This record gives sequence, C-alpha cells and structure tokens, in this order.
Amino acid sequence: MLYVAVATRAFRRYSTYRAATLAGIFTNSVFGIIYSFAYIALWRANPSAGGYDSSDAVTYVWLGQALLMTVALWGGGTTDDLAERVRTGDVAIDLYRPVGLVGWYLAADLGRAAYHFVTRGLAPTVIGVLLFHISLPDSPAAAAGFLLSIPLAVVVSFGLRFLVACTAFWLLDATGARTLSGALAIFFSGMALPLVLFPGWLGTLAESLPWAAMIQVPNDIWLGRHTGADLLGALAFQVMWAAVLLGCCRLVLALATRKVVVQGG
Amino acid sequence: MTAPPLIDVVDLERTFDVRRRVDGSRRRVRESVRAVHDLTFSVGAGEMIGYIGPNGAGKSTTIKMLTGILEPTGGHLRVAGLEPQRNRVELARRIGVVFGQRTTLWWDLPLQDSFDLLQKMYRIPTDRYRANLDRFVELLDLGDQLDTPVRQLSLGQRMRGDITAALLHDPEILYLDEPTIGLDVVSKGRLREFLRALNAERGTTLVLTTHDLQDIEALCDRVIVIDHGTAVFDGPLAGLHAQGGSTRTLVVDLVDEADPISVPGATVRRVEGPRQWLSFPADASAAPIVGAIAAAYDLADLSIQEPDIEDVIRQLYQSGDRA
Repeated sequence: MLYVAVATRAFRRYSTYRAATLAGIFTNSVFGIIYSFAYIALWRANPSAGGYDSSDAVTYVWLGQALLMTVALWGGGTTDDLAERVRTGDVAIDLYRPVGLVGWYLAADLGRAAYHFVTRGLAPTVIGVLLFHISLPDSPAAAAGFLLSIPLAVVVSFGLRFLVACTAFWLLDATGARTLSGALAIFFSGMALPLVLFPGWLGTLAESLPWAAMIQVPNDIWLGRHTGADLLGALAFQVMWAAVLLGCCRLVLALATRKVVVQGG
Repeated sequence: MTAPPLIDVVDLERTFDVRRRVDGSRRRVRESVRAVHDLTFSVGAGEMIGYIGPNGAGKSTTIKMLTGILEPTGGHLRVAGLEPQRNRVELARRIGVVFGQRTTLWWDLPLQDSFDLLQKMYRIPTDRYRANLDRFVELLDLGDQLDTPVRQLSLGQRMRGDITAALLHDPEILYLDEPTIGLDVVSKGRLREFLRALNAERGTTLVLTTHDLQDIEALCDRVIVIDHGTAVFDGPLAGLHAQGGSTRTLVVDLVDEADPISVPGATVRRVEGPRQWLSFPADASAAPIVGAIAAAYDLADLSIQEPDIEDVIRQLYQSGDRA
C-alpha cells in the first residue's frame, strides 16, 4: 500500500536526526518542569480553576508537551517541505504524479507524527512521571479514546498547516502565514493555557475552533472529562474538523493549480 | 484511416493577468500577458520532437499545459486522448517527466527506495517493474548506486536515476527538460544514445526542450521553434536551415592566386591569397559547385563548414522580433 510505504519512509527519515530528537526531548522536559511549577502555583491560588485540580493541571502540562511536536503545533513537519517546494517550484514534480497531493503529504505527516509521538511524546512523559504526580486515565474507554484522538489531532493540525503551506502559491512565500498560524495555534489549542480557563464567550469560541482538537480535546479525554456519549462527541468534533479541513485542502489545491502558475521554468 | 495524433494542440492560448505599477504613480494597472497564443501542432506516437526557443518564449508554459498542471485559457488540447487539466492524475500514469535542474527522486532516500515508492505510486506490476528496473539499471550503469541516498549521487548519476524513475511505468510520452544540462561530454553522449535506443525499441515519444542544440541534432527528427508564445518554425531540422536562410561555406585553396571565383549557386565572401570562401544555401548540394570549380581551376584543397545551428535559430528569433 502506497500510503503506508510513504508513512514508513517519513518515519525513517525523521529518525535519522538523532541529535535533534535528543535536544528536543530535553527542551520539552525543561518546559514541562517550568510549566508544572507555574501551574502548581496557579492552582494553589485557585484549587479548582477551570474544573481541574492541581494534579489534573500538571498532567495537562505533560500531555501538552507530549503532543506539541506530535501534532507539529506551530508548524514544521512535512507541510514545511510542501511550502518550500511551492516556493522553489519543485511542487510541479509532485503534481506530475498520479496521486493526490493531500493524501500523499498526509501519509508522510502521519509517519512523522508517529516518530515524534514515540520520541518527543513518550520520553518527556517519563521525566514528568518521575518528577511530578501525573494522573492516569481512570477508565479503559478514556485511554482508548485518547489513543484515538491523537491521530485525529494530527490530521486536524495537518489540515491547517497544509492550508498555510498553500498560501505560498499566492504569496510566493508562506513564512508570514506560518508565523501567524503558529501564534494562533499556541493560543487557541490550549497549549499556552487550558481553554477551560478562558472566560465566557472567549472560552466557548476557543473550544469550538479547530485548534481545540489538537491539544485541549485529547487532554480532556485523558483526564476523563469526556465520558460516554460525550466522549464520542469529542471524537466526532475532531473528525468533523478533520473532514472540513481536508476538504478545504483539496479545494484550495485545485484552485491553486487552476489559477496560479507553478513557479520556475 | 490514420490514428489520431498523440499530442494534439490547436490554437492553444494561455494568458496571465499581471498587475503592473504605472511609472511614477502608486496606481497599479491590470494587464493581460499572452504567454502562449495561436499555438498549433501535433505529435504522432513515436516521434522525437525538439521544442526549442529562447528563455521566456513559452516553452515551460506549454509543457505545463501538456502535462495538466496549468489550465489553458483558450484553444484545444488533447494528450493521449485526454484533456490534461481535467485528467491530470490519469494522464500522469501515461507520461514521464525528467527535469535537468530538479529531481523527482527523494533526496533523503536511497535510490532503490525511490524506485520502490514509484512502483507503488504507479501501481506497476512486480514482474514488469523488476524487468524494467533491471534493464535500465544495466543500460544506465546504476547498479552500484542503488543503495546510495540521492543527495550523495553525482549529477550524472542522479540524472540517470531520474531517467530510470521516469520510465519505470512505461510512459507513452517522455518530456525531457534540459536533460543534459551540466553533464560532461561522455555522459551527454551516453544519455543521448540511451534515449535513441528507447525510442527505437519501445516507440516512446520524446518531447525535448533544451538549449543544447547538440541534443536536438543527435535526437530529434523534427523541431518546433517557439518565440513570443507561438511557433515560428515546425519541421525537420534540415528545413530549419532553409527557413533561417542559413548557408554552408566552401573553403577553396587554389594552387595559384586568382580573381574571385564565379560559379552558379555560390557567392564569394572573402578572398585571402590563394584561399577563397564561398557561401551557398545549406540545403543545396555542394557537389555541382565543387565540380564547376574543379573544372575551371587547379585545386590544392577544399573543405566545407556546416552552418552553426545556433546562428540559424538566432536568425529565426530575430526575424520573429521584426515581425
């Protein structure tokens, strides 16, 4: 199967950057520790902020660190390759192939995500478990739901990043759009601060945007805040955004190839 | 009844809207630029076509339309019976593309891995894939490079890898864009030989865009010259000489100095002691001229200089500019 082969090779390709992986694990761990102490202080001041207790909050921090690179929250991953190929015109080669670009790059990104989950996801979590009290899912359903929600989070993130990369067809360079999109992602995914702490309408808005599907939703599933039908609803929320965004990707790509010149001779 | 042409282009047109700043003002005007217009030609299966023209003439725009990654704004276009833009993915299975300056291989992967991915991508049956791969690896001498990551290959090796990659799925048409650019003379020669054999054995249609006129002379029976977005010449290479008004030069060394030679069909361009330079149309035979001179003068030596095809094409471009 082509897509499996693509994903496997992307996994292998990322696994060649060992030093970068180790440095990344170190960074994730350091930020995990800093955030943990900040959150502990925050929840000491308000022990039930956002409906989390202190242990939930610390768990939230380490899950966020684990997911950060897995979903490539602020960009990076295979969509950066795409943006670069659009900029240089190499995307023409991708378009000469008898496969859709969206599926191809998604497969590659899932391979990358698998690698980052195993390394940048699991390794810092071990540090977190050793240094802090991290709560485990209290039901098999929550654990299974969490494992299911990760690939969905990756697809949602991929959809947004792919759209950002496609801006290069019009803007010639996607760097600005990528920076803006990264900032939005950090804020609206719940990475900077859990969305449950956002007040009133802002919280409602933030929890309905696609970024929520990347960090907040998987974390809340782990923490057991979605159970029964609500758990299915949370997963359906991710599926909905994944489908909408992938649809947009196909649309934008079709528009780009119809209206826009692929750069270079 | 003749089969329909493999590539059929009628009155093809592509315009681009560009915004241009008016000099000395902040206003920007929208302008329509015709990159390709009134372009008509057809290519039969098994032909080897040179598609040449100066930079910016519309070569790449044409190729992008032929391969379906750019939509024409006017005219009729069919490749292998398909409308390229609408059937891009289906068409992609039937064509191969090679760029001299880009690679279709995966930079970080060994050559073999790129080929394996292509097999899956083009759904090539395993026995055919193995047979093609073995054959191309042998012909292009890639056996020792299969496990090398593409980024570590030399330009010549990478190019041969790219050609293999473009041919694994037995494409009906192979587009080559500057395939020999940057290659040394030996590699160029081997590549041309390989392409000629490919065309002879498999009937693969070749469309070659290049600035290297030796590629054209070695490979193409027919050239289409495009300038300012439209074809200014379409015919055999020999005809290009006639149309470009190109001439061959006969260099005559006489035993004794003489007045300028007067023979029908040739004119003296230069006289230097016993040596004289005569020019005559490139498509005319040199034999009667040489015969006439030999009958009237004592000859010490003579030689013929072939026209420089680059000059011929330059003349064509210039006549296009004047038009």
